[in-house]
Amino acid sequence: MKLRQKKILTAYLFLALPLFFFVFIRFYPMLSAFYMSFTNWNILSPKKDFVGFSNYVKIFSDPVFRIALFNTLKYVLLGVPSVIVVSLFLALLLNNMIRFRSMYRLIYVMPYITPMVATSWVWRWMYQRPPAGIINNILNALGLPTRGFLMSTTEALPSIVVTTVWIEIGYCVLIFLAGLQNIPKEYLEAARVDGANRRQLLFRITIPLLNPVIVFLSVIETIIFLRIFTQVYNMTDQGSGGPLNSTKPLVLYIYQKAFKSFDMGTAAAATVVLFAIILTITIFQLKVLNRNVQY
Amino acid sequence: MTKSDRIVKAVAYTVLTALAIVMIFPFVWMVLSSFKPFSEIYRPYFFPKNPTLDNYRQILGSSLFPRWFTNSIIVALVTTASVLFFDSLVGYTLAKFRFPGRNIIFVFILSTLMIPTEMLIIPWYVMSSKFGWIDTYWGIMFPGMITAFGIFLMKQFMETIPDDLIDAARIDGVSEFGIFWRIALPLVRPALASLAILNFIGNWNAFLWPLIVSSKPQMYTLPVGLAYFSSENLMRWELIMTGATISTLPLIAVFLIFQRQIIRGIMLSGLKG
Repeated sequence: MKLRQKKILTAYLFLALPLFFFVFIRFYPMLSAFYMSFTNWNILSPKKDFVGFSNYVKIFSDPVFRIALFNTLKYVLLGVPSVIVVSLFLALLLNNMIRFRSMYRLIYVMPYITPMVATSWVWRWMYQRPPAGIINNILNALGLPTRGFLMSTTEALPSIVVTTVWIEIGYCVLIFLAGLQNIPKEYLEAARVDGANRRQLLFRITIPLLNPVIVFLSVIETIIFLRIFTQVYNMTDQGSGGPLNSTKPLVLYIYQKAFKSFDMGTAAAATVVLFAIILTITIFQLKVLNRNVQY
Repeated sequence: MTKSDRIVKAVAYTVLTALAIVMIFPFVWMVLSSFKPFSEIYRPYFFPKNPTLDNYRQILGSSLFPRWFTNSIIVALVTTASVLFFDSLVGYTLAKFRFPGRNIIFVFILSTLMIPTEMLIIPWYVMSSKFGWIDTYWGIMFPGMITAFGIFLMKQFMETIPDDLIDAARIDGVSEFGIFWRIALPLVRPALASLAILNFIGNWNAFLWPLIVSSKPQMYTLPVGLAYFSSENLMRWELIMTGATISTLPLIAVFLIFQRQIIRGIMLSGLKG
């Protein structure tokens, strides 16, 4: 009995500091953000009155917030399917090759590991108008018209999506490759013996068996695109999410409200909205997409 | 090999190579441009005609880059050491001790994974300004000192250690902490290596929180410094590319040395998350 008590005591001793950390650095700040979203607190004044839902009413009637929300959805809808399709395609090709596989894998995964600030500035430069921008120079050399890319209100957001897809491909290819390795070879052999062609093998066996991986990556990538910030901050003029708010995502809106206008109440309300969206989409995707899994 | 197999293979190699060139091009462009003098920067040469180290001399000699580099090294190393110690200690305790509240504690820790960082930064900022943590290493590091994901990962690995081994050590009179430190930790070294590298890279690249918690340029980490430097020198692309190369070089080095652990770490983070 004494030994048992001593062990329980040791366990709590080992956990004491980490638990303190999770309560005060994660859990309490979350509650604090909820609370702040119901106050009119502006960090410059000591006033901190409870104002009910008025911050939420305020942000939803703010045209900039609505644009940011809409932009965030655009990032997700353009970005997630592209990342999944391209990296699945790459992983399927890579899975069939034996030679040089690790070299290609390294090349694909490098953008994912590089500091996003560095990649953002490289891409920002490549997207410049001629003669600075290499992409426009290549278009010119091919006799194609040059494009505005980051300077254009309609092309800037897709341009940032392309950069982000380029960054995320490596991670998804790795996870898809691991998923492909887990598919029992016997299934494919058996189907081949039964006369299935390449296409049938792919669409009837490989992809259905990969479904859990596809679901997992869709959820992860959706959350990544919902939280997009660093690329937009570094690829747009003065980190503003321009031109004319056309690339501004939710997180940048939050950043500007909190740390440029010091309007903490409104910014906190926007973080609660982001939290609610992430939670809803995660639950929705896990429930709906998981239903399609069949073996 | 049939003829169609061979065609598929040829197409696969061609496509993979073409895409690999697209993937690697921005890096090569960045590194090559860092050796170009200003006069070549608006010319579409791929290779520098008169390669020079002037950009590096200028950046390392007369800017805050060396200071930012040091800040990043300190932040990434200290945070990683803390994560390794605490995550494995908690993982070990949750895997190998039976005590009331064990499951509740585990679920509580895991549930914090659902909270997006963006929701926490405003309270963290308020906390930091109240406690004087703005512009300190501690201020940059405190949110990442312990991670729920790492605890989850270490718990999985700690569970594979046989209980008999721990009991035998206990009978031999090894202290509880000694068992964790001298017996459990060495047995999960591969998992520790993966966790260490993922954390180092993650902290090296972190941007949003360091941007918020540091106001003095002296306290910037490399990504924050690079963003600041680049927007100040918007037309000096050769200098920006040199800065970007400097912030990437340590990672390329880490990457080439620890490729295997990095790949495994990323896979672990995916398949078990």
